[in-house]
Amino acid sequence: MAEERRQKQCSVVLPTESMKAMAESVGVGQLQEDSCVALSEEVSYRIKEIAQDALKFMHHGKRRKLTTSDIDHALKLKNVEPLYGFQSQEFIPFRFASGGGRELHFYEEKEVDLSDIINTPLPRVPLDVSLKATKEQQKKESTEPLKAVKPGQEEEGSIQAKGQSATSAEVKGKEKLRMKPRSTHELSVEQQLYYKEITEACVGSCEAKRAEALQSIATDPGLYQMLPRFSTFISEGVRVNVVQNNLALLIYLMRMVKALMDNPTLYLEKYLHELLPAVVTCIVSKQLCLRPDVDNHWALRDFAARLMAQSCKTFSTTTNNIQSRITKTFTKAWLDDKTQWTTRYGCIAGLSELGADVIKTLIIPRLAVEGARIKAVMEGPVVSNIDKIGADHVQSLLLKHCASVVAKMRPAPDVMEQYRADFGYLGPMLCSHVVKARAQAALQAQTVNRTTLTITQPRPSLSVSQSGGVGGSGGPRTPSIIKVPSSLTLMSTRPATPTQPSPPATKYIVMATSAGAASTQQVITLSSSQSGSPVTSTVPSGSTSLQPLVKLESGGGTVAGSRPLQKYIVVSLPSSSSSSSSLEHKGGTTATSPVTIETSVKSERSESPATHTHSPH
Amino acid sequence: MAAVQDGGSEPEGEKEPQPELPSDGSSAPAATPASKPEEQQQQQQQTLLAVLQFLKRNKLIESVDALRREAGLADEPDEAPGSEAGGGVGGAAAGSADSADASALLSRVAGAAQSGAASAPCNISFSSIVLFIVLSVGGEDQPDVSVVLSAYSQQGDPSLYQVYYSGLKKFIESVLDCHRAELSQLFYPLFVHMYLELVYNNHESEAKAFFEKFSGDQECYYQDDLRVLSGLTKKEHMKGNETLLDFRTSKFVLRISRDSYQLLKRHLQERQNNQIWNIIQEHLYIDIFDGMPRSKSQIDSMSGSLAGEARREANKAKVFYGLLKEPEIEVPLDDEDEEAENEEGKPKKKKPKKDSMGSKSKKQDPNAPQQNRIPLPELKDSDKLDKIMYMKEATKRIRLGPETLPSICFYTFLNVYQGLTAVDFTDDSSLIAGGFADSTVRVWSVTPKKLRKVKSAADLSLIDKESDDVLERIMDEKTASESKILYGHSGPVYGVSFSPDRNYLLSSSEDGTVRLWSLQTFTCLVAYKGHNYPVWDTQFSPYGYYFVSGGHDRVARLWATDHYQPLRMFAGHLGDITCTRFHPNSNYVATGSADRTIRLWDVLNGHCVRVFTGHKGPIHSLAFSPNGKYLASGSTDGRVLLWDLGHGLMIGELKGHTDTVYALKFSRDGEILASGSMDNTVRLWDAFKAFDDVETDDFTAATGHIHLPDNSQELLLGTYLTKATPVIHLHFTRRNLLLAAGSYNSQ
Repeated sequence: MAEERRQKQCSVVLPTESMKAMAESVGVGQLQEDSCVALSEEVSYRIKEIAQDALKFMHHGKRRKLTTSDIDHALKLKNVEPLYGFQSQEFIPFRFASGGGRELHFYEEKEVDLSDIINTPLPRVPLDVSLKATKEQQKKESTEPLKAVKPGQEEEGSIQAKGQSATSAEVKGKEKLRMKPRSTHELSVEQQLYYKEITEACVGSCEAKRAEALQSIATDPGLYQMLPRFSTFISEGVRVNVVQNNLALLIYLMRMVKALMDNPTLYLEKYLHELLPAVVTCIVSKQLCLRPDVDNHWALRDFAARLMAQSCKTFSTTTNNIQSRITKTFTKAWLDDKTQWTTRYGCIAGLSELGADVIKTLIIPRLAVEGARIKAVMEGPVVSNIDKIGADHVQSLLLKHCASVVAKMRPAPDVMEQYRADFGYLGPMLCSHVVKARAQAALQAQTVNRTTLTITQPRPSLSVSQSGGVGGSGGPRTPSIIKVPSSLTLMSTRPATPTQPSPPATKYIVMATSAGAASTQQVITLSSSQSGSPVTSTVPSGSTSLQPLVKLESGGGTVAGSRPLQKYIVVSLPSSSSSSSSLEHKGGTTATSPVTIETSVKSERSESPATHTHSPH
Repeated sequence: MAAVQDGGSEPEGEKEPQPELPSDGSSAPAATPASKPEEQQQQQQQTLLAVLQFLKRNKLIESVDALRREAGLADEPDEAPGSEAGGGVGGAAAGSADSADASALLSRVAGAAQSGAASAPCNISFSSIVLFIVLSVGGEDQPDVSVVLSAYSQQGDPSLYQVYYSGLKKFIESVLDCHRAELSQLFYPLFVHMYLELVYNNHESEAKAFFEKFSGDQECYYQDDLRVLSGLTKKEHMKGNETLLDFRTSKFVLRISRDSYQLLKRHLQERQNNQIWNIIQEHLYIDIFDGMPRSKSQIDSMSGSLAGEARREANKAKVFYGLLKEPEIEVPLDDEDEEAENEEGKPKKKKPKKDSMGSKSKKQDPNAPQQNRIPLPELKDSDKLDKIMYMKEATKRIRLGPETLPSICFYTFLNVYQGLTAVDFTDDSSLIAGGFADSTVRVWSVTPKKLRKVKSAADLSLIDKESDDVLERIMDEKTASESKILYGHSGPVYGVSFSPDRNYLLSSSEDGTVRLWSLQTFTCLVAYKGHNYPVWDTQFSPYGYYFVSGGHDRVARLWATDHYQPLRMFAGHLGDITCTRFHPNSNYVATGSADRTIRLWDVLNGHCVRVFTGHKGPIHSLAFSPNGKYLASGSTDGRVLLWDLGHGLMIGELKGHTDTVYALKFSRDGEILASGSMDNTVRLWDAFKAFDDVETDDFTAATGHIHLPDNSQELLLGTYLTKATPVIHLHFTRRNLLLAAGSYNSQ
């Protein structure tokens, strides 16, 4: 290759025609062929010489491009008058004309109208030289302003850079190369495509795609390069959609957070500053949906509260104090009298998810005060419907969370009057809940022994459906599925339930809440006969046959009217050999792939819109 | 004419020409006349006439008169035979390069005068005069081309050149492996000389064929020279071609073991291959050593320069690379200015501080030059203050290492449209100077302290000179600005350098001048004219006062700021001098050149004390280690080479950059070497480890055969990319923060 080029260099000379043309242009006609050859060789040599000198100037000018001024300087070195101006607009200044049997080259010099030049607007004044300093603590440099980096993020650069160096083809892996953080934000084309697909699927309308996307986020290794973008996507998305009260999108985004948290290969620590505010927003925001009276934003709050509790558990350290900071935030908002019911609900949900200790120390002492407030709304003059619903939800939330704690705190005999004395307005209701909780605990102890009611699927899917705004205008408007960590859900619902998977995985529970159902974690009570014989015997496939499986029970009949009904769809797989083939198939798929479980659950749900819409409300 | 050539090859002679006259004159009687007096008389006369003829032709009227007076001749008419004789002198003497010895020259002069007898005393004195005169005028002239080229006139059959060359090639390829590598060194110089012979003798087509056939065999690092050579196809082209002249005037140096040489000699004698043998005899200098032949990698690491390797004796001189003694100064940690006695300049303090490997004791370093070997400027009060500042900063310095790399602050020049050509920082990193292609020099203050001019003379006279803050009062607040522009050059500014005391700035430019600017008044103080061609680089001595410059004229000059003519001229490079650096002890100057060599010059006597070969492209950056022991150099081939000054050896090769290395800098304590390049990266190297790994046993030192460990990847500590900013300057602050500078290149 190089050899070829060299040989070329050796032989390249200007064509003799050029010599002729140039000679003619200076008035020398009839140049002999020999002279032309000699001239062209000489000229070629001199041009090469000058070009080589000009290269020197280029090198010393610290440039990669040879400029006309380099040629000028090289000419000057040779004591040749430099060429002034390279103004020619045309590629070659000569024009060719032939006629009368001769060829002619000439310069075409146009007349220039001075007024044109004078009247043309002045070009923009070039900017003056300026000096800019870019400093990167410890080993970084960049000519563009770096993204503002939180102090905690500094190490992230090196972590990511290590990964980057491994992938970068140019680096060859073994080379010790430390990239600056800026470059780690750059994604390959494939990654960009992936990122686009994933984010679109996550907030798109196709539930199946979303499930796949979330699954990918939750399990794929090597997403760390996209993590900053996901994090920004979520935080920006929440910011925008809270303003627009787009409940569905908020739910999707929270599910993304959940998926990110589930991914064991990601280190979210460095992005909590973006993620946590987004989550907290979804918990305590005054308004999350367009119609607070009908939309089920309570579920979102619950879900986000659980996410928050999980991240507190995972990421809280003595240095970042996430848990205590979050607790403080919630408490402060809750204690404020002017806080709206929605926010109030969020605060309580957030706090109560943090565990029994928090409930005991922060919530229970305030039950009386809160009870009075609820009473004021419930029994007072008719205020807005929204307030009423809010108060109602807060009440059930409080009862739900406090009951189990109170049940442990107080000795067995639950006296209604004593409760009223201790907890005020909420006392009696709390009392009945506590009684129920105790009964539940006892029952569960039984069921555990019989191993009839066990959770085999590690992640039961909780599907939250918003009922359409206009009654039954086609069922759920924007259906969504929220995956709930099994341990968390079950822990909070039934503290007594053993969470470890039971030996022969035989049954799983799918719970669906009807619209407006705030407390999805109600105690599940199944009579032994129901869970026993009928279920095992008849499990044909199809929607009709599903009906027998679905146990409808008006949950918590204690507070009639004010509380919505909850449905529990309990699909129970028989452990015995008599199970039908179709169900086996179903069970098999669910055990292996969460994706299919979601679809199956969906199909169930879509097959029973009637039950949803019918749900008394 | 003969002497002209000598002037080119031995420029040191022109430094002190005076001693030659008396000494030669006194030694003259020692020669014994061996011919008859009449004959002698005639010879003398003829020689004298020849000399006069020569002088006249060179328009040296005064010298002619002086000579005539000395010779006791009256006005004699010029004679034709005399002039012929003069021409003969030149022709005969041209072949010899070693003619500093006056008697050798003399014998040739006598021979040219067709006597054949031993020389007469009178002749000696004349010829030495010729030598002296010609030397004194010949410095600036190019060697006479025709003389140089005439050596090519003898010729064989042009069609046989290819046969000769391929015959040798076959032979070399057939010898044992250990010899093959060494003998392969012959290919390139032989190729060039044979090609030039063909061209010189007008065998154009044969030359082309020869070139095409064999140019591909040459080592890739000679490609630049081959490109020049390829354009050269006619005898007329050879006149004025500098590359060619370099090749001719200096013998190509090869280092070959005795065994290999014997092998070659035997082969050539057997084959009666006189053509090649002649070239080897006349144009090559073969440095024969005893012992094992070198390996290919050993040869490759040292070759690449325009004129082969350095001769071994060229690197034998003692170099006082140690640092000057630290001045005895107790530095108070408070602001009190202690009136300690300092006879040395402020950087003196810094250099020993930087020394991480040497002892920190106040004892005189055995390798250091004498304190007063080079007279240095005295320390001023402001220097003392600055030194105290320096000491304070030094206590806060971060100790760098592979685990603690420096932070880098990048100064990006925006909107320069590729016009930034040079950058320098002050030692305390408070000012930045940039040289631009539009002939301007700009100075920025990078601290909140703005740049102010001194008030005009009229205003100054109004100031109360007794007041305490007189230094503050002389400044004109109205002129305060962040940057100042210095106008004066008429061509791109290729080099800028701050004086250590921050009062002056030097700039060198394409217009052939070096300018000294005052940073008090922001005006030009002096334009040093001496280089007639572009001045590529200039640098202040670490103690101020002296500075060095080098440029296209291949001569580096040492100046003092208060002299408008250079104090020393360092000639010897065969290509442009592309960069110049002062040794930390100010006693030496290193120059890098386009001939791909680095030379170290002794400031005291102007001698070249080190020649380093090994780079494969023009050298564009140099840096001394803070302890003065080592030198790092970077070139267009993207490699950085490390040199041991004491032993005169290459001790390391840092590969990684993919384009010209324009900036090199050692950290203040010498642990880290930072390199900046055209490829938009800053790389950090573990200098401590690089120097630590070197084994410099006596054998290596004696033979100069080095084994380079290929450990660039281990030594590379970090690579930092810019977006599109070539790095053209690097600087470590006193606290070891790395500053880098370059201009953003949007294309």
